[in-house]
Amino acid sequence: MKAFLKHREIWLLAAIVVLIGLISTRFPAFADPGNLRQVFNDTSILMILALGQMVIILTRSIDLSMASNLCFTGMVVAMLNAAHPAIPIPLLIVIALAVGLVLGAINGLLVWRLNIPSIVVTLGTLTIYRGATFVLSGGAWVNADKMSPEFIGFQRAAFLGIPVLSWIAILVIGLFFVVMTRTALGRSIYAIGVNPTASVYAGIDVGRTKFLVFCISGMIGGLCGYLWISRYVIASVEVANGYELNIIAACVIGGISIAGGIGSVGGAVLGALFLGIISNALPVINISPFWQMAISGSAIILAVVLNARGERQQGRIILRKAEAA
Amino acid sequence: MTDIPAPRRIPDRLDKPLSSAIFSWEALLVVVAIAIFAINSFASPYFLDPYSLSDLTFNFTEKGLIAFAMALLIISGEIDLSVAAIIALASTMMGMAVQAGAGTPVLVLIGIVVGLGCGAFNGLLVTRLGLPSIVVTIGTMSLFRGTAFIILGDQAYKGYPESFAFFGQGYVWWVVSFELVLFLVAAVVYWFLLHRTSFGRRVFAIGNNPVAAQFSGVRVGRIKFILFCLTGLMSGIASVLITSRLGSTRPSIAQGYELEVITMVVLGGVSILGGAGSIVGVVLAAFIMGLVTFGLGLLNVPGIVMSIFIGLLLIIVIALPIVWRRLRGGR
Amino acid sequence: MLDNPHPAQIVRDPPPKGSGETAPRLTLSGISKSFPGVRALHNVSLSLYPGQVTALIGENGAGKSTLVKIMTGIYQPDEGAITIDGQTVTLPSAHAAFGHGVTAIHQETVLFDDLTVAENIFLGHAPRTRFGTIDWRTMRKNAREVLDTMHAGHIDADVRLKDLGIANKHLVAVARAMSIDARIVIMDEPTAALSMKEIEELFLLIEFLKSEGKAILFISHKFDEIYRIADRYTVFRDGEMVGEGLIKDAGQSQIVRMMVGRSVDHIFPQRKAEIGAPVLSVSGLSHPTEFNDIGFELHKGEILGFYGLVGAGRSEVMQAISGITRTSGGTITLDGKVIVPKSAADSIEAGIVYVPEERGKQGVVIGLPIFQNVSLPSLKRTSKSGLLRLAEEFSLARSYTERLDLRASSLSQDVGTLSGGNQQKIVIAKWLATAPKVIILDEPTKGIDIGSKAAVHGFMAELVAQGLSVIMVSSELPEILGMSDRVVVMREGLIAAVYDNKGLDAETLVRTAAGIAA
Repeated sequence: MKAFLKHREIWLLAAIVVLIGLISTRFPAFADPGNLRQVFNDTSILMILALGQMVIILTRSIDLSMASNLCFTGMVVAMLNAAHPAIPIPLLIVIALAVGLVLGAINGLLVWRLNIPSIVVTLGTLTIYRGATFVLSGGAWVNADKMSPEFIGFQRAAFLGIPVLSWIAILVIGLFFVVMTRTALGRSIYAIGVNPTASVYAGIDVGRTKFLVFCISGMIGGLCGYLWISRYVIASVEVANGYELNIIAACVIGGISIAGGIGSVGGAVLGALFLGIISNALPVINISPFWQMAISGSAIILAVVLNARGERQQGRIILRKAEAA
Repeated sequence: MTDIPAPRRIPDRLDKPLSSAIFSWEALLVVVAIAIFAINSFASPYFLDPYSLSDLTFNFTEKGLIAFAMALLIISGEIDLSVAAIIALASTMMGMAVQAGAGTPVLVLIGIVVGLGCGAFNGLLVTRLGLPSIVVTIGTMSLFRGTAFIILGDQAYKGYPESFAFFGQGYVWWVVSFELVLFLVAAVVYWFLLHRTSFGRRVFAIGNNPVAAQFSGVRVGRIKFILFCLTGLMSGIASVLITSRLGSTRPSIAQGYELEVITMVVLGGVSILGGAGSIVGVVLAAFIMGLVTFGLGLLNVPGIVMSIFIGLLLIIVIALPIVWRRLRGGR
Repeated sequence: MLDNPHPAQIVRDPPPKGSGETAPRLTLSGISKSFPGVRALHNVSLSLYPGQVTALIGENGAGKSTLVKIMTGIYQPDEGAITIDGQTVTLPSAHAAFGHGVTAIHQETVLFDDLTVAENIFLGHAPRTRFGTIDWRTMRKNAREVLDTMHAGHIDADVRLKDLGIANKHLVAVARAMSIDARIVIMDEPTAALSMKEIEELFLLIEFLKSEGKAILFISHKFDEIYRIADRYTVFRDGEMVGEGLIKDAGQSQIVRMMVGRSVDHIFPQRKAEIGAPVLSVSGLSHPTEFNDIGFELHKGEILGFYGLVGAGRSEVMQAISGITRTSGGTITLDGKVIVPKSAADSIEAGIVYVPEERGKQGVVIGLPIFQNVSLPSLKRTSKSGLLRLAEEFSLARSYTERLDLRASSLSQDVGTLSGGNQQKIVIAKWLATAPKVIILDEPTKGIDIGSKAAVHGFMAELVAQGLSVIMVSSELPEILGMSDRVVVMREGLIAAVYDNKGLDAETLVRTAAGIAA
């Protein structure tokens, strides 16, 4: 599986390189390191979100409420910042993580304790969290002039020539990589996706692990709430509306199987990057941004067709000559 | 082997205790519907007016039409997230036809054919290539709506013929709208299809155990393909109604409808895991969602807050029987 | 639940005396467990001793699986106590059972195909580094050590589990048990999918576990295995413990009597062979990886047995004949007409039905009531221009289920609530109800109780007497020898031999199937 998985990521990486190559034949500036850094920075939030969604999908669940969580948490931190500009940004980030955690934990508890399918739970909380944003804000917007300069500037500050936002993405990617490949939690997440029944017999608490992954995706949603609001400097009920499907799309393009158990950190990151490159390239090559939706739709369908080819099961090998072949 | 009793006559069915009818999902939904109805009529003096009640029905008829086909699809173990995007694409095509000078019959035909075509495309991808429908339809959702965006950008199509307005705005008799009649007819047709035909039986069999169904001679792929086509067809019909009601087409038309349709289906007692559900439940759920949105609308509650109630309703109605069983089970 | 015509009488040997007797490692006493509408276990007890194998014997539905789930912390008992090494314990979760050294090796070895051998062995208790992350090097090293102590050093710790054969998977499962220092090992029908040679290897392993002082619970349907490996036995019937003692003191027929509560000499039905003209003939049937050049003839009124080791390609051939999988060549002729079934629907229409081996996965549709299960392949006949006719469905279901002596409270009962044997009757009834010319039964009595077995065998004899032709795939020698007119033996995807069942002996079949020269 691992060799095969690596294979799949290499193919995706190759597709991305070819894509960049094709664009740069006509617009050489696109492949410029500075521009690629910009693309990475632009895609940071999607990459982080895709990782949060990945752990959910690996356990055969789905979280449709991530974008609503992002919207709600973003509003909380924006309003806090507008009312109390003195609160330091790191504390605000902790608050964002905590709020996101609570929202994720609500999903997780409903899935764990009441055994309601995650798609139903998060379909419900998708509307609830976004509605709650309206109740919280009274429908008002928080825009740039109400936000403190630190609030807006934090993620834009450069460290070693790279913006803090990109550093946060790199940090999160590293963290997920360690968790998924080097910890018991990571193993349990894969095991549950591969074979939930066997996981129970192996002494893994399936329900509790599912609860934990929803807590993780909740925290990710919360973190991205702050990152999103401070990046686009507006907090409203409409923030990231419908974005939950983009996150899932990044995962699918990254080769994460919706049936659970198959997928990797590298895949999720590359899947997000693929979408990010397309949205950055369209204005460069003078195609109307209205094309983007149809292109990512086609990319999703293509990705799932290609992935399914790899996953298709062959018949049993019984004949000796077939075994030798 | 003398002590094995001789074959007994096995009864067709046992008399069901009354409690099973009282605690059925449909009964629960009826209670919820009556409660919301009562609350609404106390809360707003305008609610019990026949014209208000007629307006109410527009809140669920279009989504309800899709929900019937979606119910069958979900019972069979699949899902279609692209229904709202199909509405957008079909509406865009109708808009293009209007620009080309098409008349009402052609417009309706285009709406229905585009819907059917989109459904068939989903069906082919799922059944021919064996892909998971949730992912396929997330993809086609972007593709269909994306195509509408490519064609329309930030423009809108207007100028639909006057006769076209009947479908979404016309009344058949007194306060009974064309949409409501269509909804009720579709409810009867789908009820019959699901609960009274061998096709419906096979849908249930596939949802409960697709492998055993295939071994039993059920043409699983063909039936699923038909279900995707039906869902596309109903989305096309809904597109005609919505376009007619609004009198214009924007690519963002019916945004987010897919989740409302699915909420309706699940609220109606259809198992999201497939294999169980009833059309009566979906009809009741459609009424409940209409009642909630309309009642809150009369109280000037903004739409976004209504969605909280819908979301809560979904989770509470699903969780209630589980919690109830636990409490009675003494755990 | 059905009334038990024979109230359980506990047959208990006098308690063993003498100083050599050790105290039990694990004792279950007074365990009861009920599910809504079903009493799975009632006041049962069981003791496991260190260094000894206790066989748990009982028909399907006797409560064995429930007991295993209680011992492994999956279910909680309603009443009763669990004692390990003299201390009363509770096992609220699989993890807790794990912590007390209880481990189970299951029918379908529940391990993870996509993880490596080392990961499978240490899942849930992997060695950690200082930073709390998994220490892969130590893990691989420890895995190799464990495998070595079991004389299973030939298994590579880094290989993925799916690349191993089933017997080696068992070794990994045992290695896992060793690695957690399990003191109580439960083996739930471990031999069900094994070949003879693999079973021998498993027995060596059990001897090894005994010598390590593990207390072993061994669940099997096969008496020769029980007598071969077990020291003690405990018999369950209908959720109650009906007897226990030392295996050397108990005769086979005595244990069978305890199991079934009646004496059953399983005699295969006598039948007059009136074999007619060929009905089905298959020639040159091939598949790229599964089988090659399969050819045979099936006559009217004949039972044709298909014998072979598990994995010899018998089910695969049958699924190809019935249109479920595609072939790469060959012809199927039914009643003189060449047919090319592209789906099960085609073959059913043509008159060939396949009754699959995997009852739960491929046979019954759990969630639908009995009558709807039976009518599913015959919906075309029971409905009129697509409209269901319930009366037709009920009468069809009744006629077939009553012939098979189904035990159910009503035809509207969900099949999921029936026992394995009764589900198997539904499975046979549903395909038979299509009125086929040829019926293919794949392991028709696998894992069902003796009573149901007799009913199925009797029914098969009835079918051929009525002129139906039967293909019976079976891995049970007595069944093959007792029921077949002729026997086809398959080995590694090829037909190894075809025998007339006159004076045919078991040894010949086993030798042919295993490819050993006489």
